[in-house]
Amino acid sequence: MIERNRFLDVLSHLVLVLGVAVVAFPVYVTFVASTHTMQEVVQAPMPLWPGAHAWENYTVALFGDPSGSGATPAVGRMMMVSLITALVISFAKISMSLLSAFAIVYFKFPFRMAIFWAIFMTLMLPVEVRIGPTYQVVADLGMLNTYAGLTVPLVASATATFLFRQFFLTIPDELVEAARMDGAGPMRFFKDVLLPLSTSSMAALFVIQFIYGWNQYLWPLLVTTEERMYPVVIGIKRMISGGDAQTEWNIVMATAMLAMIPPALVVILMQKWFVKGLVDTEK
Amino acid sequence: MASIQLKHLIKRYGTGAKTVNVLHGIDATIDDGEFVVIVGPSGCGKSTLLRMIAGLEEVSEGDICIGERIVNQLEPAQRDIAMVFQNYALYPHMTVFDNMAYGLKIANVPSAEIQARVAKAAGILELSHLLQRKPRELSGGQRQRVAMGRAIVRQPQVFLFDEPLSNLDAKLRAQTRLEIQKLHRELGITSLFVTHDQVEAMTLAQRMMVMNGGVVEQFGTPEEVYNQPATTFVASFMGAPPMNLLSKVPGVPVGRVLGIRPEHMHVLPESEGSGWLGEVEALEMLGAERLVYVRVGEERLIVRVDESTQPPAIGAHVRVTARDDRLHWFHAETGLRVASGAHE
Repeated sequence: MIERNRFLDVLSHLVLVLGVAVVAFPVYVTFVASTHTMQEVVQAPMPLWPGAHAWENYTVALFGDPSGSGATPAVGRMMMVSLITALVISFAKISMSLLSAFAIVYFKFPFRMAIFWAIFMTLMLPVEVRIGPTYQVVADLGMLNTYAGLTVPLVASATATFLFRQFFLTIPDELVEAARMDGAGPMRFFKDVLLPLSTSSMAALFVIQFIYGWNQYLWPLLVTTEERMYPVVIGIKRMISGGDAQTEWNIVMATAMLAMIPPALVVILMQKWFVKGLVDTEK
Repeated sequence: MASIQLKHLIKRYGTGAKTVNVLHGIDATIDDGEFVVIVGPSGCGKSTLLRMIAGLEEVSEGDICIGERIVNQLEPAQRDIAMVFQNYALYPHMTVFDNMAYGLKIANVPSAEIQARVAKAAGILELSHLLQRKPRELSGGQRQRVAMGRAIVRQPQVFLFDEPLSNLDAKLRAQTRLEIQKLHRELGITSLFVTHDQVEAMTLAQRMMVMNGGVVEQFGTPEEVYNQPATTFVASFMGAPPMNLLSKVPGVPVGRVLGIRPEHMHVLPESEGSGWLGEVEALEMLGAERLVYVRVGEERLIVRVDESTQPPAIGAHVRVTARDDRLHWFHAETGLRVASGAHE
């Protein structure tokens, strides 16, 4: 496969550059748009170099319109809602799936495999399919417009349970037996052996689940009716007003940029762990 | 320190029609401070037996006593035993020190004493400079020693070894064998060692338990097992090459099997002596000795000759004689040892 060929070198670089451009250019345009005034953004053609209004736009986006027109809600609060939601979903999901995988792999109880398959089957049922009944349950429990309503229905995860189950199955039985000889009870074994061994899988899952939680749109749209509980993704949508009202595209773009920062940070900071968790076989 | 008593120990898996019997009633007493090796081919139930004593498998019937206690219902940790596993089973995320100390920490041993015990065990096993390493940074032999250290620090009544040497290379295996012997001499703890390797069994054992098909075929010192095998199975299992078991050569009465070890036979030219007449089929050079494969009538037998003697040519007709004082007689049907070749 290693063939030194100038033409191939150029070609492969060209493909890579093209790929990066396709992904990066829209982000760049978003950034540029967030640094101009509204009038400049809606001109055709749109300017392709950053403008001088970045500071104002981002301040408006984060803290609301100082002129007090109220057309643009403060994104700061929404970011907070999104952050809490995403964090709760990720942590709860990881702890739930760890425990359920632990139960399924290490305990013999009646209908163990049936339960595993039941969990596995829910993989085929995304939130959208069960959204009606789930909404009913959440509404009846009075959890609309609460963090519980935003997070609890999204916490159970067949994918994560399955991932941890597969990981636990690779842990040699002898290790379990050695722990038994050492006198470690089940929870002690879970805490002292399984958890430390699972850290890289947990980190990988955290990255995936954080982004999943952050990007939730449909579910928050249903269970939140008050502005104070809107996550940022919904906030963006609501800024794009239909009809006659003018959309402040510069502010929308600034909000979009802000909304991108936390997931990007999570990926960048946890990249090492993330890759390790997905490819590591040395256990 | 304690003795181990096995009283009619039975292990079966499954229920009803699908029941599989793995151990068919094992009775044995292992004395205080003794080093006993359980040896047998794979699937003979030797590991199951060890795991039952360890408490990792349930007892179907019978009793296991360690010291004066019946331990059938006790958790492994309560049996006052320590086990060394085949793949070492070290906790990969813990340092050598933590690996050895983990059991003590759970038992709430004061940390000063943990320090002292681990330091002492590490000293015995020459691991002192490795205490802060992780298992993956150690060689196979070192991991093996950590696994033994983990057993030692618990100061148990009984050591259990489950084929602990099978993952080491030949040279390291011999070395570790000596270390285990030395350790047993120093600590004097009752030890049970499972292996399928007969060399390991012969060299380590004070007494060895030869198992086959879930039954103890013979339980005795290595000398007894080698020189007076109780059954044809033991005769053919111990020794490499195995004992020749002959039933169709002249002089062996119907219903009897004659066993002769390869080293107790001689090959002579056809014109000399009065042994069985045979034909040389193959020769194998092993260094200090040579194996001569001879066909006598319908039987094939192996003779071990000194490397210095001139070997016969392949295809040559030779006479094979055996030392009269080293003949073993077995009952053809039961396979049990009998006193002589004569019919009773």
